[in-house]
Order: sequence, then structure tokens, then C-alpha cells
Amino acid sequence: MILEGKVWLFGDNVDTDAIIPARYLSAVDPAELAAHCLEDVNPDFPRLVRPGDLVVAGKNFGCGSSREHAPLALKGAGVSCVVAQSFARIFYRNAINIGLPILECPANLAGSLAPGDILRVDLEQGLITAPRSGGRFQAVPFPPFMQEIIKSGGLIEYVRSRLNY
Amino acid sequence: MIEKILARGAGQKSVRPGELISVKVDLALGNDITAPVAIREFERLGVERVFDPEKIVLVPDHFTPNRDIAAAEQALALRRFAERYGIKHYFEVGRMGVEHALLPEQGLVWPGAVVIGADSHTCTYGAVGAFATGVGSTDLAAAMALGEAWFKVPETIRFEYRGVLPPFTGGKDLILYMIGRIGVEGARYRAMEFGGDTIGRLSMDGRLTMCNMAIEAGGKCGYMEPDEVTFDYLQGRVKHPYAAEFSDSDAAYERIFSFEVASLQPQVAFPPSPDNVRPVGEAKGIRIDQVVIGSCTNGRLEDLRAAAAVIKGRKVHPKVRLLVIPATQQIYRQAMAEGLLDIFIEAEAAVSTPTCGPCLGGHMGILARGEKALSTTNRNFVGRMGHPESEVFLCNPAVAAASAVAGEIIHPGEVA
Repeated sequence: MILEGKVWLFGDNVDTDAIIPARYLSAVDPAELAAHCLEDVNPDFPRLVRPGDLVVAGKNFGCGSSREHAPLALKGAGVSCVVAQSFARIFYRNAINIGLPILECPANLAGSLAPGDILRVDLEQGLITAPRSGGRFQAVPFPPFMQEIIKSGGLIEYVRSRLNY
Repeated sequence: MIEKILARGAGQKSVRPGELISVKVDLALGNDITAPVAIREFERLGVERVFDPEKIVLVPDHFTPNRDIAAAEQALALRRFAERYGIKHYFEVGRMGVEHALLPEQGLVWPGAVVIGADSHTCTYGAVGAFATGVGSTDLAAAMALGEAWFKVPETIRFEYRGVLPPFTGGKDLILYMIGRIGVEGARYRAMEFGGDTIGRLSMDGRLTMCNMAIEAGGKCGYMEPDEVTFDYLQGRVKHPYAAEFSDSDAAYERIFSFEVASLQPQVAFPPSPDNVRPVGEAKGIRIDQVVIGSCTNGRLEDLRAAAAVIKGRKVHPKVRLLVIPATQQIYRQAMAEGLLDIFIEAEAAVSTPTCGPCLGGHMGILARGEKALSTTNRNFVGRMGHPESEVFLCNPAVAAASAVAGEIIHPGEVA
């Protein structure tokens, strides 16, 4: 799958309280959550993010609480993919489990991008290209087991296929 | 050690770091924030029963007693699910507690158990020698159906603490100091094993505090080898048979950190991150509007005792609100029996029923714009306790109590 969209840049250690503050956790609907996604870090984000946009961040994206509302809010906002130098482990498995595409790319992508740049991501190959600057980056590929979950469309679909044996 | 527990759970002779395995879980935990999402996903699976109604624990503790209608609906979803599937360990308000204080107290976790919880602080139970880790709601849903979860076997980092702790320091300072040293991603994806003679002398409450905050360094789990302190604590609580396993003398660690604790000062984490840690002396004079003593990190009996010892016979500063939240009903009752609650109320503190409430800016102590709080909780990210322009400092219960009296952050030795 090839994804292409406008980039939103964030720094290191973006925590789940920043992605979706706890005061909004009475909601479970992705669209409701999306209305407050990352608002304490960048108030423009929930207002101006468009379906297909990408989030590019530094190290340890999604650290802190286990709330699945964090990847759900990003998915609800229409974010097509999160590319980070590294992810906190619970966020990483939550994103895979709910089918939010993420890529771990150790290179400092943010350094060669400006907000609003277009980024092109080949999910299968893990190849990331930035047409404006001509930058090309290689992400860490998923282990086969996770690819299976992603291919099934998330963990629930994966478990369903196992239960049907 | 963690590898031994995971190998048994996976039904394999051994596992090695990096390996992806499917493990049988002994306990799966959810709360009023994460379980409603898990229940929705569980229902999408179309299964008729849970894998084992005795191995699922549901604790409505975050926004309870219900803070508003939306929270009440979430709590109700838990109760309905518990009734429908015959979940044995459902803890209603009045019988509940903050989950990570409640489960060890109720004997629901034991050495060698594999525990997953849809709450990041599930890592707390490493203090009794369990493999316990936080997962998301969808993981919980799958585990409730299958009784299994997938894991990547983590590398282990060992943290050795040596020496005798100075007065007014404890588990909170040991863990804050370490997080300050290695950073919020210093143990990302790693098992964190704590040991050394300092840990050997540490109480169970102090050990639970330490493992509780493993996640704040990015850790997958905390772990402490069970010893006499552990077995004394478990005696009479745990009904499930267990066999403690011990690390091999040639256990492989990715790294080993050593700390000499004899001159350790009480530690304070400055906003906006739990790794922004400095000795309490460097925080001296910072004026505060609210102090919170409670949570899954520091709401246990020993914490309340430490705070009461400092505050006894004194009054909370006129410009400060002090909130004291015993973490479980049992702790509440014991604190009452020991006269601790009297000491707090006499000092003009507000004492609350168990709840996670203020820790995550849920309710029962939200901060206004520009306010500062000193708290015994575990996170101080931007907006964690309320307005995005409020600030949270983290510390141990003695520092919190002393500072509530002084109106500013202070070493307890300067008040006592």
C-alpha cells in the first residue's frame, strides 16, 4: 500500500496524555476523540488535520498510559500513518492491534522535513520518500507475525480467523 | 528470570530475547476506561464465553465514584459485562481500590504468574515476582476470549541498589533517581530487574512503588526476585499454588546499573516528565497550590504512615489543598484504625474514598490554569492533572506532607 499525504511534525517523547488528554476518556468514538487529538501540543492539529495526513515524530512516540484511545484518536483524525524514530511499546502494539499503520524509522526524518511537506510511504517495503527534498529513508520491517495481524485487519480479525478453525 | 516465566507460559523449554511467543495468561485486568473499549472489541469476536471467568479482573477505579453521566455509562458497561459472563473478580465502589494496590492486597497475583492488564501500571506486580505488563484494550479483548497474549521476549536490564537508605527516602526515591538517570525511554521494551541489599531490606509497599514506575522508563515489566519479605506478604493472601523461581547465577543481562544509596536525597521529578529528576534541595522554595498523597504508586499504608508521621500536630499551609486518598478500602480502614486519618483531618486535609481521580486529571482534584501541584503519583506530563498550563511535581509521601505544611517544596527534615 502506498500512502501519500501532508506531514505534521512532532518531537521526542510525545506521550499519550498529549495525544489524547485523560479528560476526554469518557468517549470511545474515534471521531469524538479526534476532535481533541494532540490539542495540548498543537491546537491547530485537530482543527486542520485532513484525512491522509501523516504524523512524523522523534523517539519514544506514545509513551505513558496504555490507553488505546491514543491510536484511535489518530485514526479517527484520518492520520494515514505515524512515522517515528521509535515507539513506546504499548502504543506500538495498540496501533498494530487496531490497524493504524506505523513505521519505525531510526533516521531523523523530522530534520529534513518542513511542516506541510508531502511524504510518500510504501508500507510493504518500508520505503519513505520526501519528494521536495529528495530524501529517501528505510524503515524497520515488521516481523512476519505482525504482518499477519496487519494483513488480517487488526488483532480482532486475526483472532476471529483463529477461532474459526 | 522473566525468560523462565515466559517459557513456562508458552509451554516451551526456553525462550530467548527477541523471540515472538504466545503465552497463556493467569490473569487479565481492565478498568473503567480501558475495559469498555475491550468489551466492544470482545463482542465483535462473536464468542459466547470468556476463557475463564475466574481469571478476569475488572476494577472501576479511574473516574469512580462516577464523575459524570458518561463515566457512569462506562462503569455500567463493566458491571453488565461482569454479570453477563460471570466474572468473579469485579470490584464495585465500596469494595474496590486503585487496581494496582488492590490486586496484590487481595492475593490475585503471585510469583511466576503471567498477568496482563489494560493499564500501563500493570508492571507493579513484578514486585511479587510475577511477569506483569500493560497492554491495550484490544489485547485485553483477545485475552478474555483466548486466554493468551503475544509477546516479544524482552532483554533484561539489572538495577543493583547497595547501602542503607537515609531517613525520609524510600522506594519512590530509588525509582525516580533511576528514571532520572536512564530517561523515559532508557528501558524501552526491556524487563527491569531490581535487586541488591537495599531492595532486600525494602518493604513490600516500597517494592510495589518501584515496579509500578518501571513503565515510566519505558520498561515492559519490573521484576524482583521473591524473598522472605515477599513470602510473608503473600502468606494468607494468595490461594493459587505457586512456585517461586530464581535467577540463574549466569543469567544474561543486557546491562547492569549499580547505585550506592547511602547519600540519596529525596527526589523530585520536575514537569513535564518523570525523568526530569533532581534532589529535593533543588526544588526548595517552589510554591504549590495542591498536594496529592495517593495513587497506585504511593497510596499504600506505609505511604500514609510516612505522611502522617510528618504532618502530625501540624496544619496544612493556608494556601494549599492537601488531598489524601487511601488506595483501597482495606488501607482506608487500617489507616482509620491507626488514627492516621484523624491526623490528616486534624491537619485540615481532605481525605477521599479510593480513586485514581486526580492522578490523571480525571476528577477529585483538577488543577486550574497556572496552578502547581506536588504529588506522590507517577506522571507529570503536560496537562496530566488538569489545565495544560498547570504543572505537576512528583515526590515521595514524606516530602509531599512536609511541603503541604510549608506551602512550598521542602525536605521533610526541615519540618520535622
